[in-house]
Amino acid sequence: MEKHITLPLTAELAKTLHAGDTVYLTGTIYTSRDAGHKRMCEALARGEELPFDPADATIYYVGPTPAKPGQVIGSAGPTTSGRMDAYAPTMMSVGARGMIGKGARLPEVVEAMKQYSGVYFGAIGGAGALLAKCIKKAELIAYEDLGAEALRKLYVEEMPLIVIIDSEGRNLYEEGRAAYLAKR
Amino acid sequence: MREIEASRITEVVKRLCIEANEHLPEDVKCAIRRCRACEDGEIAGGILDNIIENFEIADNENVPICQDTGMACVFLEIGQDVHITGGLLTDAVNEGVRQGYGEGYLRKSVVKDPIRRGNTGDNTPAMIYTELVAGEEIRITVGPKGFGSENMSMIRMFKPSAGLQGIKDFILEVVETAGPNPCPPMVVGVGIGGTFDKAALLAKKALMRPLDSENPDPYYAALEKEMLEKVNALGIGPQGFGGRTTAIGLNIETMPTHIAGMPCAVNINCHVTRHKTEVI
Repeated sequence: MEKHITLPLTAELAKTLHAGDTVYLTGTIYTSRDAGHKRMCEALARGEELPFDPADATIYYVGPTPAKPGQVIGSAGPTTSGRMDAYAPTMMSVGARGMIGKGARLPEVVEAMKQYSGVYFGAIGGAGALLAKCIKKAELIAYEDLGAEALRKLYVEEMPLIVIIDSEGRNLYEEGRAAYLAKR
Repeated sequence: MREIEASRITEVVKRLCIEANEHLPEDVKCAIRRCRACEDGEIAGGILDNIIENFEIADNENVPICQDTGMACVFLEIGQDVHITGGLLTDAVNEGVRQGYGEGYLRKSVVKDPIRRGNTGDNTPAMIYTELVAGEEIRITVGPKGFGSENMSMIRMFKPSAGLQGIKDFILEVVETAGPNPCPPMVVGVGIGGTFDKAALLAKKALMRPLDSENPDPYYAALEKEMLEKVNALGIGPQGFGGRTTAIGLNIETMPTHIAGMPCAVNINCHVTRHKTEVI
């Protein structure tokens, strides 16, 4: 099913999204990958605040190329989400609800998604030039020393995504492949 | 004997880094388009349409196809009648990578230590592979290699008794384990034979070979075709959402090995299989 949604990703909105839905996302999202997640979780462990308000937030696992002159951002496709599995349940426990990436997740991430009404969206891996077109604003907000891994606040319009795992734990990787093999 | 200035090598490596990251090779584009025509699933077909649109944007606007502009794998086939002047070869290549990744606005993805990390800031050092050949030319190939797919690669030291079936099962095991992680549709590079390290190098070289080529040995050409079909029968599909197109190509490279062994390496690449060659 095709859905056009506007952030923030409240629990109510999250529950209307199901594995296999094509979603066009509009609103503010935050970028972070391995090193950024490690720092954020260390900050939380010390009782510190995160560089952004995690409530109902959506995090895009991406490390973009540098913007060329005149560009908002460089190529910006998703990185492999599994490397953030160690941190994702902690991020959801403080309110972050949406995750954008690609690739498989561990069962404990799916369990946390069911507990906190999380949604895991897939962006097309390797389509960095295309996805950059949906990013209308980009602002560096923290961890500048991490370069491509620094935390950025993005405003996206009609970003094309597919719900891979929904808040009930349904998984398109399993269902999509099974459906193809059954019909073949 | 022919003299080649080190600065000339720098200039070529720089240009190849930028061009390889912005323009997908024609054989890869053809393979993706051919797979699109055969894909009838709605989600699978839509994904391949977006992948085609993406490389067309990169072509037209001269921007990186993918944000993971990779580690710069630089293959040098050096004619043994060449004398490089005005600097060291390794320095010349690394300077080319430094300039290419800087001036090309490519992502710097290299850390200086595997455990202690810390970005080197200029995507050096390059992964340099040299080979001495006949003649007085240098053939340079730059293949930027992303790590979403590199991380899903494997090597195994088989007993010879495992035979052909062992190799076939292993290729399918690697692709199955990779699943949606390496951004399928993928390209599968297989290296069989040699020593532990040579098998891995053969697999990497297999990824550099055009997808419209085949192994010159008919036995392995037939195995490439058979294994591509078997990989695609897994049904992983574009991005792992199910479908016909799990891989757009599978190349096999081999070499002699020891009486006691049968090493096999499988190097996985994504649909952004980049390489660009120039001869000096």
